Amino acid sequence: MTEIKSHPVDGLLRTDRMPHIWCPGCGVGTSVNCFTRAIEKLEMDLDRLHVVSGIGCTGRVAGYINVDSFHTTHGRALAFATGLSLSRPDSKVVVYSGDGDIAAIGGNHLIHTARRNVDMTVICVNNYTYGMTGGQVTPTTPDKALASTTPFGNFEHTFNIPNLVAASGATYVARWTVFHVRQLTRAMVKALQHPGFSFIEVLSPCPTLFMRRNKLGAAVNLMEYFRDSAVIENGADTRTVGLNEGRTVLGEFVNMRLPTLRESYENRMKEALGDAFVPYEGDK
Amino acid sequence: MGKTRKIVDTGTHFIDGNMACAEGAIAAGCRFVSGYPITPSTEVVEHLAKRFPEIGGMFIQMEDELAASICFQGAVWSGVKGMTVTSGPGFSLMMEHVGLAAALETPSVFVDVQRAGPSTGLPTAPAQQDMMQARWGSHGDYEIIALSPSSPQECFDYIVICFNLAEKYRCPVFFMMDETVGHMHGKVKIPSPDEIEVVERKNTSRPPGEYKPYKIYGGDVPEMVKVGMGHRIHITGLTHDEQGYPAMTASAQQILVKRLCSKITDNVEDISIIKTDEIEDSEVVVISYGITSRIVEYAAGIARKKGIKTGTVQLVTIWPFNDKAIREIAAQTRHIIVAEMNLGQMVLEVQRAVANKVPVHFLGNAGGRTLDPETIIEKIMEVVQ
Ligand SMILES: Cc1ncc(C[n+]2csc(CCOP(=O)(O)OP(=O)(O)O)c2C)c(N)n1
Ligand code: SF4
Ligand SMILES: [Mg+2]
Repeated sequence: MTEIKSHPVDGLLRTDRMPHIWCPGCGVGTSVNCFTRAIEKLEMDLDRLHVVSGIGCTGRVAGYINVDSFHTTHGRALAFATGLSLSRPDSKVVVYSGDGDIAAIGGNHLIHTARRNVDMTVICVNNYTYGMTGGQVTPTTPDKALASTTPFGNFEHTFNIPNLVAASGATYVARWTVFHVRQLTRAMVKALQHPGFSFIEVLSPCPTLFMRRNKLGAAVNLMEYFRDSAVIENGADTRTVGLNEGRTVLGEFVNMRLPTLRESYENRMKEALGDAFVPYEGDK
Repeated sequence: MGKTRKIVDTGTHFIDGNMACAEGAIAAGCRFVSGYPITPSTEVVEHLAKRFPEIGGMFIQMEDELAASICFQGAVWSGVKGMTVTSGPGFSLMMEHVGLAAALETPSVFVDVQRAGPSTGLPTAPAQQDMMQARWGSHGDYEIIALSPSSPQECFDYIVICFNLAEKYRCPVFFMMDETVGHMHGKVKIPSPDEIEVVERKNTSRPPGEYKPYKIYGGDVPEMVKVGMGHRIHITGLTHDEQGYPAMTASAQQILVKRLCSKITDNVEDISIIKTDEIEDSEVVVISYGITSRIVEYAAGIARKKGIKTGTVQLVTIWPFNDKAIREIAAQTRHIIVAEMNLGQMVLEVQRAVANKVPVHFLGNAGGRTLDPETIIEKIMEVVQ
């Protein structure tokens, strides 16, 4: 009998909740692997890391990471995370959720959380569909692609999420795929250290719904597509990174340091109130 | 209110209900508020935006009420006391996170300064039309607590009780104000901090590994916890087990939802505040709440001068509805009138509790203005005829 070795990131996962719900070949789990490695690399204090998810297949991530975590409502994870982040200046708050959750129902919160430069990291797994509910069309579904609610092909324009968040004020924006695990892990390491609003779009296969319906083969076929169509352009103008057939622009698009919401608040109050200002420090 | 950095602004002030509500929240220990402007509630958050930076609290204006109603819950799970403030249209948007607070058992306070609806309705005019929405507005079965103040002084006193109940019962607690009480000025006595009873957050003292976030270790309510204590909690709006982990079974659903309800329904006596006046051997009792109680009090005085034995009841606690107290009141009178600024909401509860023991009459309007005393007196005369 072979001895079952424990995985190096076991301590970071809620092993008491395994097996997880994700389908074989699903990219969400791969992204979580990268995430746990990034945490490990940074030797983060796990009592100072909190994960918040919305609803969806990706939204289940909060439930599998062994830190204080919250599985909130569809689209509103960012707003919950804002209250948590403001109240815990010495913690890192991570929002981990899907494209539908973050860019469709949560789109308004995405814009404003980026604009405020709230100190948090957002990891948005874009699988081009609503996985959890059976593969409906999302704002990120490619042109003409089939979804259960676009049985004759998608006829809407597709979101360029990095451009949206960059235009809204995000101070760190990157896009990678679950094929690019080393780059993705490195981007996560950077994002987790970044003060302010950092955002990573992770392109990922949903073999069960999106790929099967569109006859795209197995997960490995999309991985090959990610490899072959990848164009790495760090610092690219986000207006040019929309996802087009045959061209997947990846890289770190934005990385700048601007005052976080907390810093802006404190600066304003110190200027306006002087010594009378008492900073908000949560329950300390 | 003079420039002061006092946390509790002890003294006698001439302020409106909205400001009294804000000061009461501060006195209760609230330090994080997320809101979105809406008449006639806005002065509450405007006042807090001014006060908080000098006392170590924080107000954040969110992009909408969906965000406002969950943002403060994130703060609450970090260990602070929080609330949100709104009115009708915003209250409707908040319902999703009323359900979340019920499911997560987030100690949370929602202030609704009621205006006339439906929809945009009469933004600057009072109503008491959200009473059933407070109770039933989010989907699923759950229980909540709701109080309603009838004066600026009560805005201060009872918002403190709302926060205390939120800590004690870990559920959504609603403060059902209305435009009139919110904008009405009156004398408000703010006691010194040691005279104000404040229930502080009690986090579990059990060490990691020996604590489950939704296990009952005694009493009816699980022990609260906050992030960063080493427990590695997972908190979800999905049906969950004692550990807090998703439990997708009908039996987990029965256990959880019945407990969410019974922690409130088993403690009605502890929660409920009802004020009565001259109800013994009365010919008629007028039941009301909020600003309507002030008008009823005046009308009852006139009816008594006309020789009618008139009792009054102010429901300070609206939810959970105190059936037993209402039945006891019904046993002491011959007629009950329910007066409220809507087309018949709490009257349904009174009728249910009274169960035809005495006639229950209704007096109301569609909102937009308070009931006038003359109409109440007429109704009293009519029913005792
Ligand atoms: C308010 C609300 N509307 C709709 C749903 C149903 N719903 C659950 S998950 C989901 C889509 C999730 O899609 P995405 O965020 O892309 O996550 P994925 O499952 O693809 O990872 C929807 C529509 C819900 N839970 N709540
Ligand atoms: S349905 Fe798609 S997104 Fe959801 S777990 Fe399966 S493969 Fe992943
Ligand atoms: Mg998706």
